[in-house]
Amino acid sequence: MTEQFEPVIIGFTCNWCSYRAADLAGTARIKYPPNIRLIRLMCSGRLDPTFVLQALASGADGVMITGCHPGECHYLEQNYKAMRRFLLLRRMLTQMGIEPQRVKLVWASAAEGARLAQEITAMVEEVRALGPLNWGKVEVPAFSPHPSSLKEEVPA
Amino acid sequence: MAERIGVYVCHCGSNIAGVVDVVQVAQWAAGRLKHRGVIIARDYKFMCSSLGQELIEQDIKELGLTRVVVAACSPHLHEQTFRNACARAGLNPYLCELVSIREQVSWVHTDKVAATEKAKAVTSGGVERVLWDEPLEPLRVPIHPATLVVGGGIAGIQAALEIADGGHRVYLVEREPSIGGHMAQFDKTFPTLDCAACILTPKMVSVGMHPNITMMTWSEVEKVEGYVGNFTVTVRQKARCVKTDLCTGCGVCEEKCPKKVVDNVFEAGLGYRKAIYTPFAQAVPKYPVIDRENCTYFQKGTCKACEKFCPTGAIDFSQQDELITLQVGNIVLATGFDLFDSRRIPQYGYGRLANVFTSLEFERMCNAAGPTNGNVVLRDGLTAPKTVGIIHCVGSRDKNFNNYCSAICCMQSLKFAHIVKERTGAEVYNFYIDMRTAAKAYDEFDQRVRDEGTHVIRGRAAEVTDAARMPGEEGKLIIQAEDTLIGRQRRIPVDMVLLAAGLEPRRDAKQTAQLFGLSCSADGWFIEKHPKLDPVATMTEGIFIAGCVQGPKDIPNSVVQGAAAAARVQGRIQQKEISLEPVRASINEHRCSGCRICNNLCPFNAILFHDDRMVSEINPALCQGCGTCVAACPAGAISGTVFSNEQILAQIQGLLMLNLNGGRVEELVAA
Repeated sequence: MTEQFEPVIIGFTCNWCSYRAADLAGTARIKYPPNIRLIRLMCSGRLDPTFVLQALASGADGVMITGCHPGECHYLEQNYKAMRRFLLLRRMLTQMGIEPQRVKLVWASAAEGARLAQEITAMVEEVRALGPLNWGKVEVPAFSPHPSSLKEEVPA
Repeated sequence: MAERIGVYVCHCGSNIAGVVDVVQVAQWAAGRLKHRGVIIARDYKFMCSSLGQELIEQDIKELGLTRVVVAACSPHLHEQTFRNACARAGLNPYLCELVSIREQVSWVHTDKVAATEKAKAVTSGGVERVLWDEPLEPLRVPIHPATLVVGGGIAGIQAALEIADGGHRVYLVEREPSIGGHMAQFDKTFPTLDCAACILTPKMVSVGMHPNITMMTWSEVEKVEGYVGNFTVTVRQKARCVKTDLCTGCGVCEEKCPKKVVDNVFEAGLGYRKAIYTPFAQAVPKYPVIDRENCTYFQKGTCKACEKFCPTGAIDFSQQDELITLQVGNIVLATGFDLFDSRRIPQYGYGRLANVFTSLEFERMCNAAGPTNGNVVLRDGLTAPKTVGIIHCVGSRDKNFNNYCSAICCMQSLKFAHIVKERTGAEVYNFYIDMRTAAKAYDEFDQRVRDEGTHVIRGRAAEVTDAARMPGEEGKLIIQAEDTLIGRQRRIPVDMVLLAAGLEPRRDAKQTAQLFGLSCSADGWFIEKHPKLDPVATMTEGIFIAGCVQGPKDIPNSVVQGAAAAARVQGRIQQKEISLEPVRASINEHRCSGCRICNNLCPFNAILFHDDRMVSEINPALCQGCGTCVAACPAGAISGTVFSNEQILAQIQGLLMLNLNGGRVEELVAA
């Protein structure tokens, strides 16, 4: 029997809604697969598309972007900007040959722990079915040197 | 100087250690992340305990740690705890990272090996991130001493009075012509059966006369700008068409107004009011308002009876809505609830069968100042019922409508049973699912009502019908229910049915939440910061919630929350300023190309463009730290503290374990 492929997914969460949804899922002991690793941002609007590309290039098999529901952004409307970027990014990724299921945008309010867990479970299964991204073979960027040796480079 | 990082992995009793092998995680971090600067990694039973914190402090002092990573619970819980510990040991608190291996690992995963691996990855992400953390100082923002209270029900009244008594200015905004809220509509209050008006109206009068309270009734909040300490709120003062400086509240206008309108708000549709009206006799303020949609003058152009008879010439048909801008430091939201619409359960017949009443209708009916002068009568207004059925849990604890328990209906229904018995001597049948009377003196009240001879039947009523099937049912309403204690279907013929309708969020709660930047639970109640430990604060700094807006509750609990919110606000005012997370964006002028892409992205207008130098600049006082501009800048000229590109990119690489000595591949082979 071959071993089951375990994808690694990077999840970007908003401090005000989806990160709290993830906390709520924990408090309520709702289970989901351990394949996702979350990063907290202040807002989905903070998501630079580079983060997604960097994650995929560094070995992630999928990326989940989460934010507040439309109209519920803590910063009024920045999740709409995240959505615009996401749509463009997805188009670009398709052109690069990446299956659209690998990068997902999910709205999850602070109350939706169960829903977030469901979405994560579903995405892990989808990406598992797709198999590894194998972008790692392309040329993983060399890991950034220690910051203390880097800081001086930035022009003042 | 090479960084010296300390990693601390918390057991949290068995909360984390039960699933994650914390000892292994700590050892792994000490070994495999050594080349990234980790000089010590420890595990400890409770990192947040004073001993756990001292452990960190000691290491900072003795080992000269320059950065700290704690792998424990959510940063929303203990980030501040560990930052404070670092600060006490002389390390800048922003050089400490708390990564969650409890809420996001041990509590949500069952596979111990996979969970331990994830905990390592999360810790590794924290280590990479902390390397890029910068020493920061919290932002200090002054607190404007005035407070806005939205909603003049009992919770809002309590909050307003307490803050005002503390010597601070309060603006109390109420949508209706008078404060008082739902409590003003009630007759008796459980379990003591005090008259609601007797205990409420003195408080209302105090609000009206308080030198520190500016009461704004017939008004609604239209816009909220700014942030904690410094909100700018726009309130629409709807045109009253009555000059409040001239009006004496004599009531002649109301008497002379020829137009009668069904009062769907205060009288719950059971009584009438005039087109110019004060909702009830003890209204505060006493000034009436003209309901333009029903006023003959506004609809047909003639009448002006009120103007003719007003002894002080206070009527002014030309009044327009006014927009008033207020500066406040804190906001208390106490906007209350709406009653569940019983028409949504057609099998109970409300709206179709005349003698089915809602709880609010009955409250008005038994109120001595109400439409029937306190007589309990059928819809004909004359006949007293001989048998009355009271159905609990209408729209509550029901998968088809609301899953939650509305908390007040059991006690309210028992109160109704008592009042019906007392006033009519009728037989009363209460249909309940579970009798929930858990508060001081509540269960005793239940016993008292049962001792008075009220029949209690354990079973949710299936339907209310007027179709008689058996002798004795003709001309009656029949309540069909399964009595689950004796295991039988029962049909109880009654003259009158009272539906204990549940509480629901205000129909416009969503809009209110958006207006104030709050979030609602799936049911629509506003979410508190912490359900147990911070029930009146919200995720939005400076905005507090009190009363039913947070969830169904009775009068004592609403008062408690109103007072609690007031205490929180007063604490803030007393401190005069508040520390905020220094999450802010800034622009490197040398890199800015002046493209202005960021300018339109900012919803707070924090980015201004210098035409002379052709560069943009961020005003840190307006910036809220969302980071959208940071992500958008094509030149990479904008950076954001606490969530910089470097921090996030490093965390990604850490989470993917690209930082291990030997690399990820070796790790996978080894595993």
